[in-house]
Amino acid sequence: MNRLKTTGYHLSMGLISFLWIAPILWVIVISFRSFDDVAANGLGSLPRSFTFSTYVQAWQDADEFRALINSLLVTIPAVLLSLGLASIAAYGLARYNIPFRRTVLLLMLMGNLLPPQILLIPISRFVELIGYYDTLIALIAVHVGFGLGFYTFVLHGFMRDLPKEIQEAATIDGAGPGKIYASVILPLTRPAMAALGALSFTWIFNDLLWSITVIRSGEKMPVTPALLGLQGLFVSSWNVIAAGTVIAAVPTVAVFLRFQKHFVGGLAIGAVK
Amino acid sequence: MTSTVVEPAAPARRGGAGGASPRPKRSKLHRVSPLILVFVFVPFVVEAVWVFWPALQGFWLALTKWDGLSAPTFVGLGNFREMLSDPIFGTALKNTAIWLVLFGGLSVLGGFGMALLLQRERRGVGIYRAALFTPVVFSLVVTALIWRVFYQPDGLVDSILRTIGLGELIRPWLADPDTALYAVIVPALWRQIGYVMVLYLAGLKAVDPALYEAARVDGANAWQRTLYVTIPQLKGVNSVVLSVIVIDSLRSFDIVWSMTKGGPYHSSELLSTYMYSTAFQSTQLGYASALAVVIFLLALAVILGYLIRAFREEA
Repeated sequence: MNRLKTTGYHLSMGLISFLWIAPILWVIVISFRSFDDVAANGLGSLPRSFTFSTYVQAWQDADEFRALINSLLVTIPAVLLSLGLASIAAYGLARYNIPFRRTVLLLMLMGNLLPPQILLIPISRFVELIGYYDTLIALIAVHVGFGLGFYTFVLHGFMRDLPKEIQEAATIDGAGPGKIYASVILPLTRPAMAALGALSFTWIFNDLLWSITVIRSGEKMPVTPALLGLQGLFVSSWNVIAAGTVIAAVPTVAVFLRFQKHFVGGLAIGAVK
Repeated sequence: MTSTVVEPAAPARRGGAGGASPRPKRSKLHRVSPLILVFVFVPFVVEAVWVFWPALQGFWLALTKWDGLSAPTFVGLGNFREMLSDPIFGTALKNTAIWLVLFGGLSVLGGFGMALLLQRERRGVGIYRAALFTPVVFSLVVTALIWRVFYQPDGLVDSILRTIGLGELIRPWLADPDTALYAVIVPALWRQIGYVMVLYLAGLKAVDPALYEAARVDGANAWQRTLYVTIPQLKGVNSVVLSVIVIDSLRSFDIVWSMTKGGPYHSSELLSTYMYSTAFQSTQLGYASALAVVIFLLALAVILGYLIRAFREEA
């Protein structure tokens, strides 16, 4: 009886898991099919061809290479800046008796909870006004500004719970606040920083709304919005679009696989507390 | 992007477990040096410039009529009055409600169900969890394109229907006003369920196993244990998930924009997509700001609840 139950469990979970990733596998299969094969047999049929030319087309003709570079040029500085700024703010708020510190923290969190729609028009105007419309710098700034509140809030939670004796010992040894931040608090916050880093990388890399709001020219588009343009470029070449989709998905999948432990670890740390 | 609030699962649990017992007051914190003030001030100013100030402008613009060229003219609540007689606004509002119920409700049910099925560490569970979680790392644009390939005429959906003899159901899924909205909800769910599952898995892990043992001794069956032990124990996680879901639903934009742009004939229009096209395609900036304010007001209750909880945590 128990055996039957276990088999049933694995059969049904196996089926669900397979159905869950089937769309992904199917798109990967299509990305290797030739145009003639798709045209003759339709997108729903099993593959009867194999080609890499779809990837060459997406990479070169659609210039996904440049789009990927743009994405990295935005994502990496944005992640570093927002975590850097969030961690110093969280340090000050969590470890020192700053007037109104609770108000400041909640204001910052509230900013992140606002629906982005309320900011779209003013920000696109503001960016135009200061002459940074259609630049990657504007996009970085928007991501940093909008993400800061949340990262500060999470890091504050971690830093607040560190024992205060560590800091007192460092103070007695003559370390100033800057030194304590860099050599005591920051190293202890590393797990949280890694988790937030991995998460914010995927969020910023995957963004569509802010990109199409502050960037206009095609050659400056990061890969996520550029992927939408691919649909217009290769109207019915779904095999090329599939290849482009696979290319655009690779970086976040890679980051996830590399930092998997931190993703899960970040959540688990909270659960244990 | 839509999922900006994963982590608070952590603090919320702490609140749930701590109950009403007051945290021992932290004795004197350290004296504040100028450097520390700079540490807090600089990030705060960055956020003020990129979030607080634009938000205030957004609220102000909602009270104006503005084409972006001449100066905005003040119309008071005129924009909101205009909404009452705007049929597209009605559709967008209705669709947003449908979205909230179907996308929000089903992702909570699905995510919680999957978490229950996959909570016990046993062979194979890691693989199943990974499979369900995989779509979460994709952008919504990638998700949209994967499913567009699916929905194409003669794509996999159509071939499957034909094979099982339901060929007459076949239609242009995304181009038919009757099905467009639901055809977009399915991929959105596909991606969200794994995410909700992870939040619940973290919550379930923190439930004290002794409680289950006690319930078992008292003769509770699996169903009763779920109903009377698990669900009450997850109160903290539930409220986090609820906030995340409502905020995510109201923010949902990417998936609709990449699949249908709100069409055909506004049949899959959400408030967020309507706001965007009003702002950047028909450049009625005042009216679009008013739409954004409506989205904000709908989210307000949840945002306030979230902040109050956060405030209590910090107390």
